[in-house]
Amino acid sequence: MDDDERGGKLMDHHLLSIITFMPSFAALILAVFLRGDDEAAARNAKWLALITTTVTFLISLFILFDFDPSNTGFQFVDEATWIMGLKYRMGVDGISILFVMLTTFMMPLVIAASWNVTTRVKEYMIAFLLLETLMLGVFMALDMVLFYLFFEAGLIPMFLIIGIWGGANRIYASFKFFLYTFLGSVLMLVAMVAMYADAGTTCIGGCEVSLLTHTFASETFSIAGITVVGGLQTMLFLAFFASFAVKMPMWPVHTWLPDAHVQAPTAGSVVLAAILLKMGGYGFLRFSLPMFPVGSDVLAPLVLWMSAIAIVYTSLVALVQEDMKKLIAYSSVAHMGFVTMGIFAFNQQGLDGAIFQMVSHGFISAALFLCVGVIYDRMHTREIDAYGGLVNRMPAYALVFMFFTMANVGLPGTSGFVGEFLTLMGIFQVNTWVAAVATTGVIFSAAYALWLYRRVVMGDLIKESLRTITDMTTRERWIFAPLIVMTLLLGVYPALVLDIIGPSVSALVASYDTALEAAGAAVQMASE
Amino acid sequence: MISADLNVILPEIVLSLFAILALLGAVYTSKDKTGSLLVWLTAGLMVLLAIWIGMTGTGETRIAFNGLFIEDGFARFAKVTILLSAAAVLAMSEAYMKSRGLLRFEYPVLVALSVVGMMMMVSAGDLMSLYMGLELQSLALYVVASLRRDSLKSTEAGLKYFVLGALSSGMLLYGASLVYGYAGTTQFAGIMTVAQTGETSLGLLFGIVFLMSGLAFKVSAVPFHMWTPDVYEGSPTPVTAFFATAPKVAAMALFARVMHDAFGNAVAEWSQIIALLSVLSMFLGAIAAIGQTNIKRLMAYSSIAHMGYALIGLAAGTQLGVKAMLVYMAIYVTMNIGTFAFILSMEKDGQPVTDIAALNMYSKRAPGKALALLVLLFSLAGVPPMLGFFAKFGVWQAGVDAGLIWLVAASAVASAIGAYYYLRIVFLMYFGEEGDDRLDGGKSGLLTGFLIASAVIMVVGIANMFGVEGAAITAAATLVN
Repeated sequence: MDDDERGGKLMDHHLLSIITFMPSFAALILAVFLRGDDEAAARNAKWLALITTTVTFLISLFILFDFDPSNTGFQFVDEATWIMGLKYRMGVDGISILFVMLTTFMMPLVIAASWNVTTRVKEYMIAFLLLETLMLGVFMALDMVLFYLFFEAGLIPMFLIIGIWGGANRIYASFKFFLYTFLGSVLMLVAMVAMYADAGTTCIGGCEVSLLTHTFASETFSIAGITVVGGLQTMLFLAFFASFAVKMPMWPVHTWLPDAHVQAPTAGSVVLAAILLKMGGYGFLRFSLPMFPVGSDVLAPLVLWMSAIAIVYTSLVALVQEDMKKLIAYSSVAHMGFVTMGIFAFNQQGLDGAIFQMVSHGFISAALFLCVGVIYDRMHTREIDAYGGLVNRMPAYALVFMFFTMANVGLPGTSGFVGEFLTLMGIFQVNTWVAAVATTGVIFSAAYALWLYRRVVMGDLIKESLRTITDMTTRERWIFAPLIVMTLLLGVYPALVLDIIGPSVSALVASYDTALEAAGAAVQMASE
Repeated sequence: MISADLNVILPEIVLSLFAILALLGAVYTSKDKTGSLLVWLTAGLMVLLAIWIGMTGTGETRIAFNGLFIEDGFARFAKVTILLSAAAVLAMSEAYMKSRGLLRFEYPVLVALSVVGMMMMVSAGDLMSLYMGLELQSLALYVVASLRRDSLKSTEAGLKYFVLGALSSGMLLYGASLVYGYAGTTQFAGIMTVAQTGETSLGLLFGIVFLMSGLAFKVSAVPFHMWTPDVYEGSPTPVTAFFATAPKVAAMALFARVMHDAFGNAVAEWSQIIALLSVLSMFLGAIAAIGQTNIKRLMAYSSIAHMGYALIGLAAGTQLGVKAMLVYMAIYVTMNIGTFAFILSMEKDGQPVTDIAALNMYSKRAPGKALALLVLLFSLAGVPPMLGFFAKFGVWQAGVDAGLIWLVAASAVASAIGAYYYLRIVFLMYFGEEGDDRLDGGKSGLLTGFLIASAVIMVVGIANMFGVEGAAITAAATLVN
């Protein structure tokens, strides 16, 4: 990937920084100027947050329209010198722009979904606005240290969101969340230090010397009697894997996610499912695959089987859950299993499918958590047993929930189908057994999702407490509308996404193959 | 000739004269009633001196008294940091000490004298002037540690500090005499030509090791750290705040001065020793702090750990390492001033509280101050994007550059462990249980100001570090070349 920085217009150079820091600027205004704890202050905080996130989304649309998919390098690069000999570099390519769009698209919905928050509204909005800055930064950072900065800092607002506005057991969940992810990222940091020592740069791509074009040593060596196939690359891969696998989350380090989801407030769950989980997948695509191709190749079977186990195991676990949010959380882990499986198929279909699946899961899981939020707001329980027969009182809700349940299962015509199909197609060419196991997961997902729907929505309304439940309000309908549109649109016209990611993904696959060949040739040379 | 020499040490002369005059004046007038005034005068003078030294620094190196005293960019950087932090601590302590009847006029005078000692230390160009500065600093500190004469803990702290400090001075002197014996000179420049990597005699090596043990005591690096928690806990809180800031900078700078000016040609001989001190300090600081419930003891272990990180820069033995160390110390001092401003304001029914349990749900009572403390704690833990992360990043950069990857990896792990106890305080403040252990609302606007200013610096500073980095680069360049 060469540094073909495009964009002649002056504004283009700073657009990414503008949308990244606009939310935190609004947060600053809230923190400094908004006084008082009364209703008026809360209303102002909500509106300012909503307007800021909406404007951010609109500006990001400009970036999308101005984006040139055929260019596989980084675009809209914003560069400045910074402290400690570091560079502040932001940019997007075909892979990251989708995550940027997903983030800016979801945030207004998240804010709108938190309209009913009553405790410490100002701080709540500040936390979410800061979180948006940090998430956008992760997807745009073109400097390893800058990436780490955003990646790690994102923990702080999320830690507070779960810990302050969460459910009854929120303290346990927030600590588990923080420590799991923090431990993972310390290993990543050590690997980054080693990479800097090896390559002499922290620039990810587009510089004279950049990590994406640097070849890390892959000669097999042994330490303490253990032979490390793939050498340094394998070690680095494992260190990054520790962090990204926790973030994804992959089986068996997924156990923080159900706790965090259950305890987080609805909006927190939505952000977690829709955006934060995608950081792991994005990390694989930005770091692991292109920078450590040999390491990825060596460990791919392990990752593939972990994904297959995740898909089947967590689907089965989801079947027996009694808490709606927990069920959806486990379903998220299963869907993320498809993503890692697609990524580690190393072919166009697999990678396309993985990215598509991440975007689509962003819409669908967010919508499902919002669905839970709708009835939680009314009944203050997430117990599946506490519901039943909701269709009698909430026809609109039943319809929306139905739609997203089907999308979650992967019904053709919804975006869920495209992602699962492409990843399965990609993996089938590489490892038939994993594909076969994963396909059974699709069936299980139909089982738990439909059963959940049946227990909550269908049947007669016999529970006394549900007699007075009301259907969705206009605000709630408006929150779901964009999600329904996107799920359908991507389901019937996937080219919308695939056209953008296509060239970048094929460049990634091509560079991966070349690197593997080169490493193979080097091994042959050495043995001759 | 002598006037030129005196010109070089003019700031030190001014401060010493001030201290002596203040002492005389206070004795002959109304004694303790002048305490407040003297505190403000001393703090003001220190700020003025800091501005003077910072502004008049022409970048040249001036040597006075035949090499006994060196005034270069490195010394200037350290002096400005020392003076400003000492002034900040003095300003913070006035109200606290006054309300507890501790504000004797000796306090500002002793602080001023110890600052003179520190300024001497960082400018030392000879083992003699090194020892002179070190002792002047230490003696003043021993006394202020036991400032609360009627408190058992305070006198214990002073005595402990004195006995162990004397021991370390003894080791340092013994090392100095060995170095003199084998190098034939006490001047750093002369030692430099004798101490070459690979051809250092065993006696000289012994001298270096003893010298380093003495210095490690002053920076409270493991295994010479034992005094730190007790002295921190026993001393009156403003004195603890002082211990945690200016003397640490001075000792660290002196450490760098000796290692680079005298033994700069034998980096390979001492780099490993410092790396060991560093790794032990980081881990002991991180692990031992977990069980602490007294916030002053906790800060003691925290400072031990922080000295470990700063030592990475020294262990690198390069210009980049010294720069990283200086930046680290500047950031460390800023964080500590903010944190101690908060600790000073912790009181219940007018009595100082040091138990962290008192912070239960503090965020409900004072959201602004809680947020500022949160920023500082995350910064101390080295969580991005606070400035504390960049302090660590700087020393890591230097460590990797010097090939000390194992040390850097170990320090990353230690910082993850250390994050736990900082996080525990955040946890108490934000998610704790509602209890009766309520702290009074902080009344002092000044303390709140210091707390918030330091938190803001931790966040805003990531843009350009207010030029401190550039100054540190210049400073490091004059020391290592």
